[in-house]
This record gives sequence, structure tokens and C-alpha cells, in this order.
Amino acid sequence: MMAMEDKIVFDKVTQVFELNGKAFTAVSELSLTIADNEFVTVVGPSGCGKSTIMNQAAGLLQPTTGEVRVDGKRVQGPGPERGVIFQQYALFPWLTVRQNVEFGLELQKIPKSERRAIADKQLELTDLTAFADALPKNLSGGMKQRCAIARAYAVNPSILLMDEPFGALDALTRVHMQSQLLDTWSKEKRTVMFITHDVDEAVFLANRVIVMAARPGRIYKIVDVNLPYPRTDEMRLTPEFAAIRNEVWDSVYHQPND
Amino acid sequence: MTVVKSAEKAKEAEKAPKESNPWWWLSIVSVLGGILGWWLASLTLPTLPNPAEVVMRGIDLFQRGILGSDILASLRRVLTGFAIGSGLAIPLGFAMGWYRPIRALIEPWTQFFRTVPPLAIIPLAIVFLGIGEVPKVFVIALAAFLVTIVATFQGVLNVDKTLINAGRVLGAGDMTIFRRIAVPASLPFITVGLRQGLGASWATLVASELIAAQEGLGYRMQNAQIYYQIDTIFVGLILIGVFGLIMDRIVLWFDLKLTSWQERR
Ligand SMILES: Nc1ncnc2c1ncn2[C@@H]1O[C@H](COP(=O)(O)OP(=O)(O)O)[C@@H](O)[C@H]1O
Ligand SMILES: [Mg+2]
Repeated sequence: MMAMEDKIVFDKVTQVFELNGKAFTAVSELSLTIADNEFVTVVGPSGCGKSTIMNQAAGLLQPTTGEVRVDGKRVQGPGPERGVIFQQYALFPWLTVRQNVEFGLELQKIPKSERRAIADKQLELTDLTAFADALPKNLSGGMKQRCAIARAYAVNPSILLMDEPFGALDALTRVHMQSQLLDTWSKEKRTVMFITHDVDEAVFLANRVIVMAARPGRIYKIVDVNLPYPRTDEMRLTPEFAAIRNEVWDSVYHQPND
Repeated sequence: MTVVKSAEKAKEAEKAPKESNPWWWLSIVSVLGGILGWWLASLTLPTLPNPAEVVMRGIDLFQRGILGSDILASLRRVLTGFAIGSGLAIPLGFAMGWYRPIRALIEPWTQFFRTVPPLAIIPLAIVFLGIGEVPKVFVIALAAFLVTIVATFQGVLNVDKTLINAGRVLGAGDMTIFRRIAVPASLPFITVGLRQGLGASWATLVASELIAAQEGLGYRMQNAQIYYQIDTIFVGLILIGVFGLIMDRIVLWFDLKLTSWQERR
């Protein structure tokens, strides 16, 4: 059922930053292929380069060497087929919820009535219809993140790049957002690369969990999650889930010291 | 799911409107107390006019048409200078923040002139521009310019990088990011700069009138000093404070209107 084409390819990407005048290798020769419609989560100790590789895929950061290809084409900048969701929500605080959602559509010069219709649909999907005219400052954290998701969805990207999107939410809201995300993903298939520091979240969402290691940033281990979709909250309590979670946990927290 | 929703509702409720300060009446007591203290002081100090005398003096000056034209002259100068100074500063500040070469060109000058009080330019301005309106408006404009350009520039530098990235991934080019993200995001800094700029203009105005003018509130006080009319000095002093406060409140009102989207905590 799943089309196994390559959607995102990291081809030996290296990222060197300058830090206090010294070269610092944040990511070293990392290669990873993400299939079309796949849901991949990325975990690893903080500073291991998760955000760096996501920003490379987003086109916000050019790899020092190597390249990222999306649909076979080398990434040279951001593109509408790649939606990005940031941990800090990054809503435009001077725009209302609706104006935020319509922002990307406006840039694509989509006529007003059509824009409205798309925004209405996204606001409904994210349960924000009642807050369409509210400013971000009047939203709770969960609502802000839903608005950011609606804004990314509105331009209908085939790829979603999410950098710890639920990191700032309380546990209850987070679990709810995870289910909703999977729900939308199963309806409108997209390729998702989802960064998290929460091992449970990583396992619950993913086809594959990519575990990274630091200094230099690289892939440490890839764990397949052979659990069927749709994933339910009950599944979190099964021994199969526990086994996978333990495996991921071990490889994140018991990496041999270099 | 419903649990989550009610949890979020509860969070909504936490964001109750700002409580009004229950101590506001103390400010009124303080002002009245100050006036009373002044009055008492005037009983023991024969040279110090009491508040009623100052009010009478103000009415008298006003009825003779002197005060009205002084106020108009001062306001005209300050508003002209402020408009010119901040009108030039905002676009230049944006250019500085957005284009590094422009920043490199302008920054040494703003850095240098920031350390020179605009009043110190007055002798030079008088030499080159005469003693008419031009040198006064010039130094007032300079005062507003320096404060506003630095604030605007800081505003652009402080634009949240994540917002720019959010714009870029939604397809915004450089011009769109400037217009639709950098400009609104730096607005809070600019309005603060305008407020400080207007304050600086007002302070510079009064001082410039103390030095060389034929009318205006500063001139009136300077003149009164020569003739030992202490009540007139008080009239000028109070009006300078009152007009400064009114102008500040007007800018503050615009500030709150324009930047009401900000999270204020
Ligand atoms: N712009 C930058 N300049 C210098 N160092 C950076 C920059 N961005 C990230 N780094 C460094 O690169 C490493 C990886 O960062 P990041 O990808 O943000 O890690 P993660 O998201 O996994 O926590 C960190 O050590 C970080 O300090
Ligand atoms: Mg990160």
C-alpha cells in the first residue's frame, strides 16, 4: 500500500559551524533516506544535530558538504512542498489566527474567497473556528501549536518537518495532539519528519525511530516500529510497545562514551 | 478529548484582564499633598509665590495673549523638529538594520553624535544657521533623529529569527519578509523610540529657547528670570511639564493601539 519511493534523502550531509572562531562539526557525513508517506521520528541527546538536519531539509541551512534531495531534487532553499512547524510556534503575533493561517496562501496569490475556504477548513480541523479572529497572545500553548499546524497544512505541503512541536505542551494536551496528528496523517498521507526528545512520543508516532548520537552528530541506530496504524492509546500499554520503547530508550540514554 | 478542551479553557480563564491598580487614589493624594506642601512653603519663604498666585499669573499672561503665542511657538518648533527628525530616522534605521553596508556607513555617526548632547550643537547651529527658527528646529530634529534611529535599528536587529524562518518556509521572499515581518515586528521598538524621541525633542526645545528666542515657553522663563518674575517662571515650568506629559500620553496611546498584539506580562 505504501509507495516506497524516496521522498527525502540526506546524502552524506556535514554541517560545520564556526564557534568562537573555531570550526565545530555539528553533523558529520549523515545519510538517511525517508520514504514517501513515511512517518519518521528523530530522537537523541540535546545538541546532537536534530534541528540542524531538519533545517537542512527545510532549506533554511545549507549543508557544508553533501546534500539533501527532496523528490530527487537538491534542496537549495525553502519550498511550499515542505511545511515546517517550529517548537516556539512562530506565529505572527500581530496577525489573527485566521490571518496567520492565510499567510502562506496570500503569498501564493490565491484569491481571497478560496483562501477563506481553505482557512475555514483548516481551522475546523484544528478546532480553532471559534478563535479565528483571536490574536496569538490570547491562545493557550496547545491552541498556538494547532494554529501553527493549520498554517502549515493550509499550503498543502507533501512533507511536514516538525521540530519538537509538542515539547512545550503539558502531557495531556500532548497526547491529544499526537493522536490528532496521526489522524490527519492517515487521512491525507504526507511524509513526516518529527523531532522529539520524548521517547514515548517517538515510538507512538513513527514507522521508524532514528536515534542520533552527538559529537559529531550522526545516526546511532534506527529502530523499526512494527506496530499497526491506527495507533490507539491502549497500544501504549502493550508489551510490544514497551519493548520498542526500551530499545529506543537504551540507545538514547546508554550511548557508549566517546 | 473533552478533558483536554476544558483544561485549555481553564488556561484561558487564567489570562484574566489586568487587575486595575487599587492604589490609584494614593497618586491623587500625593499630588494634592505636594500642592499643599508648596503652599505651606510659600508662607515661610517670601520669594516663593503660592499656587494661587501662579494660577492668577497664568490667567493674566494668557488673557494678554502672551502665553497662547508662547505655547504655539514652542509646539510648532517641537512638532516640526520631531516630525523631520523621526521621519528621517525610521527609514534610515530600517536600512541600517537590514543592510549591513548601510549600517557600517551610518553607525559611526550615530555612535558619535549619541554621546554629544544636541544642545552642544547649538553654538555651531547659530553660527551657521543664524538665530531664527532654523537652528532651533535643527537641534530638535537632531535630538529626535538620534533617539529614533537607534531604536528603529535595534528593533530590526531584534526581530525574532524564528519568525523570519516561518515566513521563509511559507514562501516569503526578502521584500515580503521585510514588509510583512520585519516592519511589524520592530514596531514596539519604534514606538518606544518615538516616545523617547519626543521627550528628547521637548527637552531640547526648552533649552534652545532659553538660549536664543523671541517667544516660546523657554524664552518666557528666561525673560522672567531677568525681571525676577518668579510666578511667571513657575507658569512656564508647569506648562512645560503638562505639555510634555500630554504629548507623551498621546504617543503612548498610539503605541498601545499599534502594538496591542504584544504579550505584555
Ligand atoms: N548557528 C549555529 N552556530 C554555531 N553552532 C550551532 C548553530 N546551530 C547549532 N549549533 C550547534 O550545533 C549542535 C547541534 O545543534 P542542534 O541541531 O540545534 O541540536 P539539537 O536540535 O539536536 O538539540 C549544537 O552543539 C549547537 O550548539
Ligand atoms: Mg533542537
